[in-house]
Amino acid sequence: MIEAKNLTKFYGDYPAIENVSFTAEDGEVIGFLGPNGAGKTTTMRILTGFTPATSGTAVIAGYDIQSNSLEARGSIGYLPETVPLYTDMTVREYLKFMGSLKKMDGKKIQSRIGDVVDLCRLEEYADSMIGKLSKGYRQRVGIAQAILHEPPVLVLDEPTIGIDPRQVVETRQIIKSLGGDHTVILSTHILPEVSMICDRVLIIDQGQIVAMDKTENLSSKLGDVTQIIMNVQGPATEITRVIEQVSGVKNVSFTDAGGHNQFIIECDPAEDLRTELTRLTVEHGWGLEEIRTGGLSLEDIFLRLTTSEETEK
Amino acid sequence: MSFKSVQVIWMKELKAYFNSPIAYIITSLFLALSGLSFALSITGRFPEASMRGFLFGPIGPIGAFFLIVLIAPLLTMRLFAEEQKLGTLELLLTAPLRDIEIVLGKFFAALSLLTAMFCLTLYFPLLLYWFGDPDLLPILTGYLGLFLMGAMGISVGLFSSSLTSNQIVSAVVATATLLLLWLSNVTSTLGDGELPWASLVRFLAMSEHVRDMAYGVIDSRDIVYFISLTAFFLFLTVRAVETRRWK
Repeated sequence: MIEAKNLTKFYGDYPAIENVSFTAEDGEVIGFLGPNGAGKTTTMRILTGFTPATSGTAVIAGYDIQSNSLEARGSIGYLPETVPLYTDMTVREYLKFMGSLKKMDGKKIQSRIGDVVDLCRLEEYADSMIGKLSKGYRQRVGIAQAILHEPPVLVLDEPTIGIDPRQVVETRQIIKSLGGDHTVILSTHILPEVSMICDRVLIIDQGQIVAMDKTENLSSKLGDVTQIIMNVQGPATEITRVIEQVSGVKNVSFTDAGGHNQFIIECDPAEDLRTELTRLTVEHGWGLEEIRTGGLSLEDIFLRLTTSEETEK
Repeated sequence: MSFKSVQVIWMKELKAYFNSPIAYIITSLFLALSGLSFALSITGRFPEASMRGFLFGPIGPIGAFFLIVLIAPLLTMRLFAEEQKLGTLELLLTAPLRDIEIVLGKFFAALSLLTAMFCLTLYFPLLLYWFGDPDLLPILTGYLGLFLMGAMGISVGLFSSSLTSNQIVSAVVATATLLLLWLSNVTSTLGDGELPWASLVRFLAMSEHVRDMAYGVIDSRDIVYFISLTAFFLFLTVRAVETRRWK
């Protein structure tokens, strides 16, 4: 369990985070979501004891991070943003060293190495030099060392950044399977990741928590709009007028993208309007070049979310 | 403080030395240069059955003592600088270890490698016994001097490594510091030796404190000098690692 109380961290006069408070129950997976520089990494570094808070404190698995720092650190498995690996060790040597750092005894280390190598699917590479592994496998070694000593709390900073899509899926599955036994905090700036893995989401912007909610609630807040993007040959103003009259359409914007008329249509996600829109263009004799659905970009969503939360306050 | 935690870091660093070519290269360098000074000192015009030539060097200052100035920074340069560069320092600092345990583990790893190098020169005194009749005491105190000065050299190098993530910078800063500490006795002759700080600067010179030991004299001032400066630089290292947390 994690209980953070009014965590504040100043770098000089600049506040990296201010009054960050939250609790995470046993077995919960919490996602920290926010743009780069929002204070996700700083918060995690304070929780893991890497950096002290300017004020405020946190309790990890019953230990205060300031007064019982060693015990608190012993209860955490941590994967920093840049995966900290000794490139001249093999995976097995590295895990063995990490186990002894975490004060596990020799027998326990051996059996746990077997477990985590299985879980993180590292069998093939267990005796390879870490320096020779690809980014995705390094990430898995990072996760393996974090869970090696079966800590009650896991802190994962951007666990899926910079690895290829197939490995992202596998890594997410691993993390998801860890919830339940561990309290997991992970940070990301990839929105769909949060809805896939996390029970609860904490949105940080400019060092402050701007929203804290269950993932379903957040998704429904975001899910009230989808986009359809169409490239149509024909008279732009008339096309816009016709599209606007289709039921379910909320907003149409038009851009002249390199000689192609592009329409971005925001509409109700409940019904798929593509068939209807296609029928209309054909009916009017316009040339339909392309039609596709598009998600909101991360920037759009984030903006939407932070601004809407602020107006609610 | 738990010895077990110190040991974990100690063993990891010792293994790392032998996993890379660095231990082999530095050991060869040390053995070649100190062997050369030993060979020259016992084959000169007035050869004597003693280790003084080996310790202080017949050609200029290139004896075993001076080699510490060159070698200690090479042994210590990666100890903290590399952890900072790889990001693994974050791993150590978030593990349930005290900062001083990390510092001591690394210190003992470098010191044990250096001591092993000194031990590889033990056949020099054996040769002296084979062909001559050397005094035992100067040999023992000479090795004690090597050990004490080695420990100090390593603490200076460790401190320098904790300040940067660049190994070259670390090695250069440590070598420069040790060189100044080795040579600072010469400044006492400036201004007829009457400058106000001359005696203090002279006292800070490592070369002054190993001289007596090479002749078989154990002076408590020398022992106190090495032990307190070693402790001082280790203390600075712990503080430097602590401030890494604040950045």
